[in-house]
Amino acid sequence: MWRNSTTGWGLISILLHWLSALAFVGLFVLGWWMTGLDYYDGWYNLAPWWHRSLGMLVLAVTLARLAWRFIQPSPALPGGRLERLAAHLGHVGLYALMLLVLVSGYLISTAEGDGIGVFGLFEVPALISDLPDQASLAGMVHWYAALALMGLAAGHALAALKHHWRDRQDTLVRMLSSRHVHSRR
Amino acid sequence: MFKKTALTTALAAAALVPLSQAQAADYVIDTEGQHAFIQFKISHLGYSYILGSLEEFSGEFSYDPENLAASSASLEVDVSSLTSNHAERDKHIKSDDFLNVAEYPTARFASTGFEPTGEDQGVLTGDLTLHGETRAIEMPVTLLGEGEDPWGNYRAGFEGSTTLTLADYGIDMSSFPEPMHELELYVTFEGIRQ
Repeated sequence: MWRNSTTGWGLISILLHWLSALAFVGLFVLGWWMTGLDYYDGWYNLAPWWHRSLGMLVLAVTLARLAWRFIQPSPALPGGRLERLAAHLGHVGLYALMLLVLVSGYLISTAEGDGIGVFGLFEVPALISDLPDQASLAGMVHWYAALALMGLAAGHALAALKHHWRDRQDTLVRMLSSRHVHSRR
Repeated sequence: MFKKTALTTALAAAALVPLSQAQAADYVIDTEGQHAFIQFKISHLGYSYILGSLEEFSGEFSYDPENLAASSASLEVDVSSLTSNHAERDKHIKSDDFLNVAEYPTARFASTGFEPTGEDQGVLTGDLTLHGETRAIEMPVTLLGEGEDPWGNYRAGFEGSTTLTLADYGIDMSSFPEPMHELELYVTFEGIRQ
């Protein structure tokens, strides 16, 4: 139930998947909105505080998610060889962009050696700082990686719907319920 | 015999004069040894100040105590090296909301004149290029000191400051309170005589 099998996703993978989806879309909207705020807006300092804090938690969760993905089996991909290859590349792209957007965000705030406070509870230390123009360059990467991630995630969602409605496969359903883990079909 | 020696001496002296004059006047700003600073100070909401600096720049100047009016200076600044000790603020200052460093990475100053106003004092005039806009500025400067250093060179050091109105350089501060519309620029450096 908790673990994956070659026929279905376990609850841990399902939970991590939907939590990530919610977090990345939420952080994207929050980030877009907060960078357009007026200096006198009450959220001007608070919104980035939430964005940084949540981002650091999502970074930790994403690393754990990747570890889980590597040590657990994955359900077999449906479709032909080319379609399976495309799906595989799409998933690798999603993981790569998630890491890129998280790490580049971290590199903005830590560019001058200060750590990142997480909800005022603890601080993630700066590991890489004082590279030439680090905050601006990391900021550019952060923005384009986020845009690309949203685009690829939209494609990912469309592909899931295509598998569900057109191909009548259980691709989407097995990401919603863990009962396919023990499927004998 | 005597004539020949005199002639040789005269020729040698004549050959040396232009060289030694040039050497007496030309200095390179000691950014390598980090005896040079460009700092700015701008109000925050009218309540306090933000202090920051531009860390990467180079420049040279001419300074001859016997011919002060011929003094000149030029500096070239890498604006992306701006820091106010706050990564996110500096990213914002360098964005197209303010300095637009991506489009205007370099700021320049080239003097156009110098007028001595008193002992070790003068006013340097010149063209400052910032954010792609060039404006004539005046900067009162002070000779802080000069002399031989312990490592075989000759140094001269100056300081100067001036106030810039940011709107003059196409930097829009209209959504911020009046005190934030201008900033104070402070420059101090040591030059090594070449």
